[in-house]
Amino acid sequence: MFDKILIANRGEIACRVMKTARKMGIATVAVYSDADVGAPHVRMADEAVHIGPPAAADSYLVMDKILDAIKQTGAQAVHPGYGFLSENAAFAEALEAAGIAFIGPGKRAIEAMGDKITSKKLADEAGVSTVPGHMGLIEDAEEAVKIASQIGYPVMIKASAGGGGKGMRIAWNDDEAREGFALSRSEARSSFGDERIFIEKFVQKPRHIEIQVLGDKHGNTIYLGERECSIQRRHQKVIEEAPSPFLDEATRKAMGEQSVALAKAVDYSSAGTVEFIVDPDRNFYFLEMNTRLQVEHPVTELITGIDLVEQMIRVAYGEHLAIQQSDVKLNGWAIESRLYAEDPYRNFLPSIGRLTRYRPPVESATDDAVVRNDTGVEEGGEISMFYDPMIAKLCTWASGEGQAARASAIAGMQDALDGFELEGIGHNIPFLQAVMNHDLFRSGDISTAFIAEEYPEGFEGASLGEEEIERAAALATVAQVISESRNVQISGTLSNHTREVGNKWVAMIDDPVAGKSSHGVSALWVEGAAEVSLEGGERWRVETDWTPGQTLMIATIDGKPTVMKLSPLADGWRVRWRGADLKIAVRSPRAAELAALMPVKLPPDTSKFLLCPMPGLVVNINVEAGEEVQEGQALATVEAMKMENVLRAERKGVVAAVKAAPGDSLAVDEVIIEFE
Amino acid sequence: MLRCEILLPDKGFFGHERECYRFSLTFSGFYTILARVFPHNTSVFQRPWGGSMQAILDELEAKRKQARLGGGQARIDKQHAKGKLTARERIELLVDEGSFEEYDTFVAHRCTDFGMENDRPMGDGVVTGWGTVNGRLIYVFSQDFTVFGGSLSETHAQKICKIMDMALRNGAPVIGLNDSGGARIQEGVASLAGYADVFLRNVKASGVVPQISVIMGPCAGGAVYSPAMTDFIFMVEDSSYMFVTGPDVVKTVTNEVVTAEELGGARTHTSKSSVADAAFASDVEALTQTRRFVDFLPLSAREKPPVRPSNDTATRIEMSLDTLVPANPNMPYDMKELIAKIADEGDFFEIQEAYAKNMITGFVRLEGKSVGIVANQPMVLAGCLDIDSSRKAARFVRFCDAFNIPILTLVDVPGFLPGTSQEYSGIIKHGAKLLFAFAETTVPKVTVITRKAYGGAYDVMSSKHIGGDVNYAWPTAEIAVMGAKGATEILYRSELDDPDKIAARTKEYENRFANPFVAAEKGFIDEVIMPHSTRRRVVRAFSSLENKMVDKPNRKHDNIPL
Repeated sequence: MFDKILIANRGEIACRVMKTARKMGIATVAVYSDADVGAPHVRMADEAVHIGPPAAADSYLVMDKILDAIKQTGAQAVHPGYGFLSENAAFAEALEAAGIAFIGPGKRAIEAMGDKITSKKLADEAGVSTVPGHMGLIEDAEEAVKIASQIGYPVMIKASAGGGGKGMRIAWNDDEAREGFALSRSEARSSFGDERIFIEKFVQKPRHIEIQVLGDKHGNTIYLGERECSIQRRHQKVIEEAPSPFLDEATRKAMGEQSVALAKAVDYSSAGTVEFIVDPDRNFYFLEMNTRLQVEHPVTELITGIDLVEQMIRVAYGEHLAIQQSDVKLNGWAIESRLYAEDPYRNFLPSIGRLTRYRPPVESATDDAVVRNDTGVEEGGEISMFYDPMIAKLCTWASGEGQAARASAIAGMQDALDGFELEGIGHNIPFLQAVMNHDLFRSGDISTAFIAEEYPEGFEGASLGEEEIERAAALATVAQVISESRNVQISGTLSNHTREVGNKWVAMIDDPVAGKSSHGVSALWVEGAAEVSLEGGERWRVETDWTPGQTLMIATIDGKPTVMKLSPLADGWRVRWRGADLKIAVRSPRAAELAALMPVKLPPDTSKFLLCPMPGLVVNINVEAGEEVQEGQALATVEAMKMENVLRAERKGVVAAVKAAPGDSLAVDEVIIEFE
Repeated sequence: MLRCEILLPDKGFFGHERECYRFSLTFSGFYTILARVFPHNTSVFQRPWGGSMQAILDELEAKRKQARLGGGQARIDKQHAKGKLTARERIELLVDEGSFEEYDTFVAHRCTDFGMENDRPMGDGVVTGWGTVNGRLIYVFSQDFTVFGGSLSETHAQKICKIMDMALRNGAPVIGLNDSGGARIQEGVASLAGYADVFLRNVKASGVVPQISVIMGPCAGGAVYSPAMTDFIFMVEDSSYMFVTGPDVVKTVTNEVVTAEELGGARTHTSKSSVADAAFASDVEALTQTRRFVDFLPLSAREKPPVRPSNDTATRIEMSLDTLVPANPNMPYDMKELIAKIADEGDFFEIQEAYAKNMITGFVRLEGKSVGIVANQPMVLAGCLDIDSSRKAARFVRFCDAFNIPILTLVDVPGFLPGTSQEYSGIIKHGAKLLFAFAETTVPKVTVITRKAYGGAYDVMSSKHIGGDVNYAWPTAEIAVMGAKGATEILYRSELDDPDKIAARTKEYENRFANPFVAAEKGFIDEVIMPHSTRRRVVRAFSSLENKMVDKPNRKHDNIPL
């Protein structure tokens, strides 16, 4: 076995690979840029080599620097992780030339699968189901109609040269195909100067399901079941699970065998992933093959018990696969949530900054449940603009089968997310919780359009059920009573006139989604636990060791473990739980009566302003005072995280004043333009 | 009937056994007992002048009820409609439930002009008395806007003076809830005399008992000077304002058009004028926070600040502080993170949060004991000292010293802000205030230098030389006359046209001086500490300073450069 390997990556995946290397007794070498000095992956490694400035193009992506680091440290193999150089054939070739093992597939496989057209062709030849379609010059509309009806409706018609959704049309019948072709062609001509048109089967309600394959250098290849990755936001996967709630045994087998066939066709050795889209009738079509370890590989590891990184290292060393297809058993259910540094309330804009608090839930593993957190950050670390905004991958696994196992894994995820403390930056935990609680997601009836369809206006916050609101009220009341009881222990009180802390309270809840509500709550301490009863409702026994100042309230409500994030506000508590972000003021009944007299203060009307949506630098301002602007007109450009964000008018209006100038560095919600 | 309540020992939430026996004897019960003891002598329980006792008691209750209504239900409703609570409702929220004892309920004014003799409501527009905040004694006056607009009459002032005198004698804070249209014009000079009587007491009480003003409505003209002389002013957003002359007069005299809110609202006074120390969203929030604030303060200068038990461990380690100071010395970081991570439970009551943000002031607790924080904020103006931040911190430091509250100073200061506007406005005198304030303190002082401590600003920020008791530095500290670049440009002026040479000189200077060890060699720094152990170190330091004694020079008083 190798004595020393270099991990040409950073963050969580570098840490992940090192964990296995360490287990196997292999020494590790980290590489790091200026932005990663002292980062966890650097400290975790046995040796670390500095490879340049923060920008990936000047460090992690520079092959020569990695090769130098290998030379310097005498590493015998390189694990590329994902991203960066992981699917770079030239890198694999350079390593081969230097006599260094690449922990990944051969150059040929990388090259073949790296090209969309070649890979599709190869897949076709290997007998893999591909999306029926026609590419090339289509003479006229009649030919288009012919092709379309051959493929079967609905079809997608688009310009070959166009990327993304531009110039894309869906046709459901001959007439629409005729019309769509004409429009697409004229658009293709005017936009791209290339009138080639591409017709392909349009897969409705597609799911994204992928097969994990594993091959060695001796011609053995197996598949390790599937992963369902349909929960995506703009092609970025957010939640993955294994197995898929949709596949049956036959489809799984067919997809697995076709994937193996494709892998064999390119002499694939190492771990790889064959991605498919699957329609509601379980027809599946090849999408692409990723010739590397996937971000979401832990869910496969959790249901198969196979350490994929270990297998990759062994295969790269030349070992035979010790696992045969018949050894692969899928056990239980695993879910992965990707925690991103992006603000779900602001249309998922990236959020950078210092992790002032980072306390993930405790990792644990029993026969029935696993909580696993793959991460490469720590409290006090910085989420910088230079790299991927992923903070951690939180995975849960539950034993059992089918829907029951899935439900347990989801419940485990909800608890784990509740206990995940992350402060200093915007993050998507509330959104992940909202999805975990979403009926459609829970039913398993999902597609890649889930987020776009269920959150068309963006994410405004998770909503809680009535009982959940009451539970939140109960715990906030318990926190209030504990705090008040502590407060009266202050020194210097009038002797014999100690303040009596009452047991009747009113929890006044301000929920940005569901609105305001008030709940009469009484809390009595009996034998170390609080007997909490809600007016006209539930009666619970709440046990907790919470003391003031703790940011997590870990409690049991009638024996049911519950974890809420709790922080004091000027008047009450901020309670974050199950994705909701509530303000709960717990008051004496009299104080509640008086508080009800307070005016409702409306947030300032910001519709008259263009506010800076993220911290950034004003690149330019396109309008001036007095100018009339139309809806959708570009008003200003703000650069953040190396990205230029064009801010557009939400409605028609007249600019009253421009409050910022190019070159200004603005904070979130600073006014850029004021309207009349 | 004798009612006797005995509360058996109950277990507090923090495991302390608390015993509490309470007897109470009702007034009517007392007569019942007398009647039993003296069954034949009815005169004991009958008033000599006839009429039943109950009727008399009822009359008292009726009178009280009348007094509690202040200016009547209609005006109470009007007050509520403005989003404001009444004077008595505010007191209810300020003090512990049921702890308020009202004095001078029946005081009425003595004015006989303008038909005032026909309208003499009980209480005369102010509710006064005492109560407890979490069991600790405070005196309170609360102006009643429903009675003559809360205007101040001779008797209204006398009521305030009475509780101020009591507070001073008994050593307890005075909290004023201000909601007054100003002087009672019908009373003329008597009203002005009333103001002056209050002013004088504000001054006499200054530094003896804490005085807190909560502005919950208008406060205009001469009336502003009473809050102005108290220790802290809190305001309620949108419903309170303070100014010497109102918008109408401003318009007449200067032609400026300005709203009351812009001229003297909570936002103006917390961010622009620094008159107010904090602003809150509503009456309820303001009073809740005033209670929280009172818990930080000693009842008087005669005692040490209170101790409130905490479960936060003194030895808590915060590894993330090791990465707080960025590698690049020109990058800012948030000093408030350090404050939150040092403080018990992360609890920080900030004073003047919105003003001179390059300086942070406020209160935390360490091992349950109050400590004042003075800290440079590198996020704003690089944390430099300027006129506003010097004045802000100086006043805060003097409050802490007056009330025996130890001071923790966190330093990252590149120097004083240069420029004509600063010099013309007297940065010399204003900066001197902070230097003077720190130097004259006798309370325990601990200083932690996290990064820059340059030039005269280093001396000012509670350095060893002006009386810092324990002075720590992080290894990232740079204690020097100035930054490396500036220093080399002066020291090596002759080499200025050779950038390579200057760069080498700068590097050389950095290596030699951009660290805490030059100062540590001289004993100006007691110890260079690991950032992650700052809380433990600071807590221990204050613990060792608990019995600090300082002899003060005999003088009438010092002469701070005002």
